[in-house]
Formats: sequence, structure tokens, C-alpha cells
Amino acid sequence: MGKPLKWTFRVVVVVYMFLLVAWPVFLVAKNAFADGFADISAILTDPDTAHALRLTVIVGVQAVIINTIFGVGISLLLVRYDFPGKRLLSALLDMPLSVSPIVVGLALVLVYNGRTGWFGPALESVGYQVIFATPGMVMATVFVALPLVIREVVPVLEEVGDEQEQAARSLGAGPVQTFRRITLPAIKWGVIYGVVLSLARSLGEFGAVKVVSGNVLGETRTATLVVEEKYLNFDKGGAYATAFLLALIAIACIVVVSIIRPKEQVK
Amino acid sequence: MSIEISGVGKRFGSFVALDDVSLSIPSGRLTALLGPSGGGKSTLLRIIAGLETADSGRVEIEGIDATGLPPQKRNVGFVFQHYAAFKHMSVRRNVAFGLEIRKRPKDEIKARVDELLDLVHLSQFGDRLPAQLSGGQRQRMALARALAVRPTVLLLDEPFGALDAKVRKELRDWLRRLHDEVHVTTVFVTHDQEEALEVADEIVVINEGRIEQIGSPDDLYDKPANDFVMRFLGPVTQLGDDLVRPHDLQLHTDSADPASVHGRVARITRIGFEIRVEVAPASGGQPVVVTLTRNEFLALGLDVDSPVSVRLSPAAQTVAAAPAGSASGEAKSTAAAGAA
Repeated sequence: MGKPLKWTFRVVVVVYMFLLVAWPVFLVAKNAFADGFADISAILTDPDTAHALRLTVIVGVQAVIINTIFGVGISLLLVRYDFPGKRLLSALLDMPLSVSPIVVGLALVLVYNGRTGWFGPALESVGYQVIFATPGMVMATVFVALPLVIREVVPVLEEVGDEQEQAARSLGAGPVQTFRRITLPAIKWGVIYGVVLSLARSLGEFGAVKVVSGNVLGETRTATLVVEEKYLNFDKGGAYATAFLLALIAIACIVVVSIIRPKEQVK
Repeated sequence: MSIEISGVGKRFGSFVALDDVSLSIPSGRLTALLGPSGGGKSTLLRIIAGLETADSGRVEIEGIDATGLPPQKRNVGFVFQHYAAFKHMSVRRNVAFGLEIRKRPKDEIKARVDELLDLVHLSQFGDRLPAQLSGGQRQRMALARALAVRPTVLLLDEPFGALDAKVRKELRDWLRRLHDEVHVTTVFVTHDQEEALEVADEIVVINEGRIEQIGSPDDLYDKPANDFVMRFLGPVTQLGDDLVRPHDLQLHTDSADPASVHGRVARITRIGFEIRVEVAPASGGQPVVVTLTRNEFLALGLDVDSPVSVRLSPAAQTVAAAPAGSASGEAKSTAAAGAA
């Protein structure tokens, strides 16, 4: 009796995923290779596009490093300690998911721009430019990817509990030793998933970076901005090829993790 | 005295977990903290270990004031109810953890780990992960890990609570024998009075954040300080105004004996080798429970509704029953009157 129903559900899900995700992504790949490898090699040899790809990776990696360190720290704070305002902090951490990235970009410009921002003029007078430069782009990327590590690590920390940490303390380990030898190995997979999600999100960030970077060709233009620029300039082949490379990196991250993750996590 | 606790108090919000507790735990013995859940015994153990801080009072371990010391400076071994095994480390590395932290030479660590794995009968499991061990084996590993650093005191928090009945009993015997070999001052928390009576040299009964009585298992069972201790340590029934153990009562059919309570058999239950007879007193009130051996029962030839008399056996221990909700009753010792 349940069988036809089960098959109906399966077909619905498969068709839905195909129309929404698989087919469009496939078309991007197909268009990227419409002229064979011509478009791919063209963007790789174009110095401006190559610079944009390199900048994307630099900004993404920096943002991921910052988000990982702060993410693990804030997760420990949220799970292991009680303090007033904890729920407010928890709600605040989800804000980057709900606020449009373009609003994030505008907000950062308001605070850090070199002429009228709160900190901008002071920072610029000591020779440190934030807006229209890499630091601002890293900040914008950190902001939009902020909750990803935390949302992966918090449930793992909660599940592991603090008994192992207490046992380590009673055996003579200090807080740093306990973290390095007990906590970190226990949350390892949560951190790795968080890093991969953050990296994929950071490489693909568009709105906030567009506002903050100023989109200067060969200087602050990232790969996503290149895709838009090429698309608007009727360079469809270049746009699809760049988009394909971006998608490829993100998919590669997810594939690598699903291969190296332990088949069945031992409880 | 190995552990000296004076005036320790602890609250969680408005809940009083420990209320001005003072206690001396002697060196080299096995002491049980016994009481119902939520009575404060685990909190006291965790305060001794430094895993919890007391709101007031002092803790001294082997003459050193440990009140403000973090757990890693107290040199105590702690064993958790749910083992707290380091899941990503082999059994050997688990046991070696404390020694590695103390940066002992490699060959010394190896020798000590071998010695301990031998002691807890896990030598052939050294390279396994904790997930590949049974509950009882994991707990023995946790014990070896705690003992590896030669702690001043060994603290066990409901160590057998998560194990099934048979393994629990085995480990209990094993812990007793282990303690006779190792002689480290040991404190363990339990809510199982049988476990405490069987294993401990000394029992501290804790209830509602206060110590009810301290004594040897015999003291506690034979001379309970109040009705709480009496009730907690074993089965009780009420005869008149006194609490008494059901096995300290005798049944007979002599209805003329003035020292007896007369009534009728209300219910007969057989539990393995013992027979439980509930007698409804003729004067009304709660039924009196009497336990008999099978032979005693057969000799009396009782049936439901048989008229019967209940009296205290000689040397029976009674405690005045406290009215419901009031403080503990006064202990009193009675030589059973009118013994035949």
C-alpha cells in the first residue's frame, strides 16, 4: 500500500532537484565548454581574470581562517559557559543569514569609509585603507559566512558533553592542553564541515563584496564580480567559464570532504 | 585524616544542594556517600575533585588546603558514571593520558600502563578504541586511567550506575578486591544501599544536602540514627508506632500473647526463597509486612485470612516512626518484649 506513495515522493523529489539544481548547473558547464576549452583557457590567460580568481581565493581563505578561530571560540562560549545576554548573542549570530549581503556592504562602508566613516579616517591617516581594499572585502566575507562554523560546531560540542574535558582536567591537564588534546579532536569533523561550507560561501560572495570593494578591474574585482561584468558585456562564454570554475571549486570541496569523512561516526 | 571537609555549602539558584556539611574521610579506606538522587552526594564529590566550587567552607586533602585549587592541581583520580572515555584514543593512550601530561619518560609510562592494564584485566585490549569495549570494560579502563597518576584520593561518581545488574555486581566485588590491593583512599557515590553495604568500610548517608549518619555498614544497619536512615538502608514496616525490618518480626498463631499484634493474613507473596506475608491488624491501620523463609512459612501452615499474631524477634532493632512530613524520629533500641 505504501509503495506507490513512496515512489511518487521519490519521483517528485528527483524531478524537483533536477529542474532546480542539476539541470541549470549542468547548463552552465555545457555553456562553459560550448567552444571546447577556448573559453576556459581564455579566462585563465587573461591577467585581469586570473588576478580576480587569485583575489577571490586570498579573500576567501583569510575569511575562513578568521571565521574558524572565532567560530570555535564563540561555540565554546555558547555551549560551555553561562552568561547574561547569551540568548541575545545567539540570535545576533544568525543575523548574517537573514540580512541581505548588500545591506552588510553598505553598513561596513558607513563605518569604515575613509572620509565620513566612524573609524575610516583614523585608520586611513595611519595608512590603512579598509573600504575599496582587501581588508574591507575580507570583513564583508567574514560577516556573511559568520554563522556557518558556529552552527556546525555547537551541536557537536553539545553532543560530546563536557565529561571528557572534566576527566582531562582531573588527570592534570590545563585548559589549553584539554582543548588541544580532548576538545579539538572531538569536534574535528564539525569544524571541517564548517570550514568547507564557509569556504564555499566565501568564494561565492557577491553583494557585500561588490559594495565594499569598489569593483576596480585588476585590483579589487573578485571572480563573482568578473562573472557579472562579463555577462553584462555580452561575453557569455567568459561569464560561463568563470562561473563554472567557481562552481567547480565549491563542488570539489564538498566531494573531498565526503570522501575523507569516516564512513560511520563512532559514537 | 585524608579529606577534611568543613562547613561546605552549595546552592544552584534557590536549590540548596549542600547545607553546611562537615566531614572527615579517613586515609586508605573505602568510603561510600549514600543517599537518594538530588540529595547532594555527587555535588560533594565534585567539590572534593574541584569540578564544582563550593559557595562556602573549606576542603583539605592530605593536609593541603584545596579549596581554591583547580582540578588539575589536586592530584585526585575521578571516575564518571558514563566513563568519560577519550573516544579518539586507544585504551593504552587513555590510561597514559595523565602521565603524558606530567611529561614522564616514555619507558616509565609504558611500564606503568602495562602494570595498570594488567591490574584491570585489559592487557589484551590495549590497542582497541573505547567504542570497541563493553560498558564494564570501559569503566575498568576509566579506573586504570584515574589510578595511573597515583592519585592521593580516588573519587567515583556512581561508577556502576550505567551498567546492567550482573556486570554491576561483578565490578562491585572487583572494586572491593582492587581496593584491598591498592589501598588508595577511595570515596564513591551511590544511591544503591546494597552496593554501599557490600563494598564500603564506612558509609556517609546524605539527604537533602545534610549528613544523616556516618558509620560502618553494621552500625548503620543495626543502629540507624533516625527513620530516614532506617528506611533508606533496607525494607521497613510499621508495627504500632515503631519502624522495624520485616525480617525482625515473627509470626505465630498463639492469639493469647499480649505483646503481639493480632490480625489476619491479607496477602502472601513469594519472592524466590523468601515469603512476604502482609498482616492486617485487627485494630486497623497499615498492614504489617513480615518476611519468612520458605520453611518457617510451611511450618505455620498459613493461608490468606488465617488469624495470626505478629511480634518482634529478640534483638530486633526499632526506630520510632516519624509522622509524615516531620523531622527524623528519635532512634531507640528495644530488647523485644515478651520473647517466647
